[in-house]
Amino acid sequence: MKRLAIIPRVSWWKNITLLWMCVILQAMAAEITASEPEYSDEVSYGAYLTRIGNCMGCHTAKGGVPFTGGRRLSTSFGVFITPNLTPDKETGIGRWTQQDFWQALHQGKSRDGRLLYPAFPYTEYTKVTRQDTDAIFAYLQSLAPVPQSNPPHDIFFPYNSQSLLAVWRALYFKEGIYEPDQSKNQTWNRGAYLVQGLGHCNACHTTRNILGASQDEALMGGQIMGMNWYAPSLSSHLEAGSGDWEIDEIVALLTTGVTKRAMASGPMATVVRQSLQYLSQEDALAMATYLKSLTENETGKLPGVQFSVMSGSLRKHLDLGGQLYQEYCQACHGADGKGAPGIYPALAGNRGVIMDSPLNTIRSVLNGGYPPTTADNPRPYGMPPFQQILRNEEVALVVSYIRNAWGNRASLVRALDVDRSKGGND
Amino acid sequence: MRFILLLFFCITGVANVNGSTPAEVPDTMAERVKACTICHSAEDKVGRDAYYPRIAGKPQGYLFNQMRNFRDGRRYYPPMAILLENMSDEYLLEIAQYFSSLQLPYPDPERIQMQPEEIKLAEHLIYSGYPERDIPACSACHGDVLMGVEPAIPGLIGLPRAYITAQLGGWRNGGIMRGGKPDCMSAIAKQLTEDEVNAVAKWLANQSASGKPSSFDVLSSELIDRCSRTILENGGAE
Repeated sequence: MKRLAIIPRVSWWKNITLLWMCVILQAMAAEITASEPEYSDEVSYGAYLTRIGNCMGCHTAKGGVPFTGGRRLSTSFGVFITPNLTPDKETGIGRWTQQDFWQALHQGKSRDGRLLYPAFPYTEYTKVTRQDTDAIFAYLQSLAPVPQSNPPHDIFFPYNSQSLLAVWRALYFKEGIYEPDQSKNQTWNRGAYLVQGLGHCNACHTTRNILGASQDEALMGGQIMGMNWYAPSLSSHLEAGSGDWEIDEIVALLTTGVTKRAMASGPMATVVRQSLQYLSQEDALAMATYLKSLTENETGKLPGVQFSVMSGSLRKHLDLGGQLYQEYCQACHGADGKGAPGIYPALAGNRGVIMDSPLNTIRSVLNGGYPPTTADNPRPYGMPPFQQILRNEEVALVVSYIRNAWGNRASLVRALDVDRSKGGND
Repeated sequence: MRFILLLFFCITGVANVNGSTPAEVPDTMAERVKACTICHSAEDKVGRDAYYPRIAGKPQGYLFNQMRNFRDGRRYYPPMAILLENMSDEYLLEIAQYFSSLQLPYPDPERIQMQPEEIKLAEHLIYSGYPERDIPACSACHGDVLMGVEPAIPGLIGLPRAYITAQLGGWRNGGIMRGGKPDCMSAIAKQLTEDEVNAVAKWLANQSASGKPSSFDVLSSELIDRCSRTILENGGAE
């Protein structure tokens, strides 16, 4: 009897679901001071910075040789193909000098003076110090040269014009390394340097205007260009702001992709795997300090829409979703939506679930996924994909339900929203 | 007695506090691979728009290679690529080990009518091949009982006809593996006629599964050489 009482009841097979809280914090880091003791030479220091800037993420095709480029970045302006960064003389950057590399990162100009497209985030990299770009260059030059020619960009008219690009730069590009805020301490400034510069968090966590420019440093969140994912705001309590989090938890999310109440999913999981898990302790702490400060003084507001009275038909509609939840989701996320912290995220009160954009939640239901495997979470639990099992209408019902159960309040989701959330597999 | 009762209440009290959450999550591989088993169950499964082969009991290296192929874009199937996107080789190997060691009964074979000449054709391809057309016997690589060869060649028995036909069709069109050098199955499948594909698929689907994957040393050096990209390169790497 006693034993029965303590054996947890687990129902297998039938009811399975997991919704990642789609906290998509993107960030990376570097060392401002070159005199860190753990880096014996410029090359290994540069290797660290290159990891933290996640250069490899874009400059490697799926399954390709690292840094040989060839990855296609689809945007509304055309398809950009990333170049080969290995020191091959003909197809890579083997003929480049330190100065050429600095010019590319700091000024957004190629070796021949051609203006670079901001798909390469020099708008952020311009904040990186000369010392750091030199170290990255030293590391890239130490790689084995791999001959690989990549196809040219395929950019739509009129965006393929260099003069238009010059105008764009005049409007939106401000050259200059990061200037420390003297009213803040060193840790905060280090975090700001990493988040705003090498980490290029703003490349995703901001809304781009019609000309593709991210115009602020406020990390306000936005649809990721060329990806069917929404990068939540890092400066709002309603989305992924971390003002009321403990620093340790922010550090854990950045470096392991999982905490008791949040998980990195989609592109953010990839950033954690490729880059952030390698942050030094000091840099992770610095980034967390800076990110926390973005919302520290914001007072909490209730997110989402408010239904003062729930109409009968609305309740019926949500009940249909509730039945699906019971069948497919409840075994992992619980009848109370509290999940199993660190394994199956809670859906009750989960900002990733109730934020305005339902996109990430819908995608998680459709595609499932695993958090990144990291040193601290080498064998993660996963969320099954339901695209194969549930119709669009059913996904809409179940997502509407979890956005409005257990005190959650958010807009309803339609089958059309589900259909639009498909495609764009990375 | 009073102590036991008290203890009992303590325990149930604790259990009730957590009672509404999904209790403790088992620290097992079975729990970790729920994302896989929703489609790949004990039997082959046909979903709304796709077909999901059984993966239990397949050679570990074969499963490991396929997962890496999906993840790294060599074998094209976005749902698998998304699921595996951020998984390390170490973890994929552990998952491959898990499914490989899973002993589940095979489904009954299909009962497809075949003409005697069709059976003859299928058996010739399976046990002799046509060396003059560069088609080796299926059994030369997939083992004399056609249950695969450790560590990286899959068995051919226990699969439905539709799956075998689809796979052979995929290889003929170059649609299973993309990029790089063509693999040996692609070259072989391109040699087969439509009739041959159909005969082999029917025949294989009609057999009942028995026995285990053969050991690596049954392979001839010539075939190892020909298929090295598929069966050796990182195959079953540990």
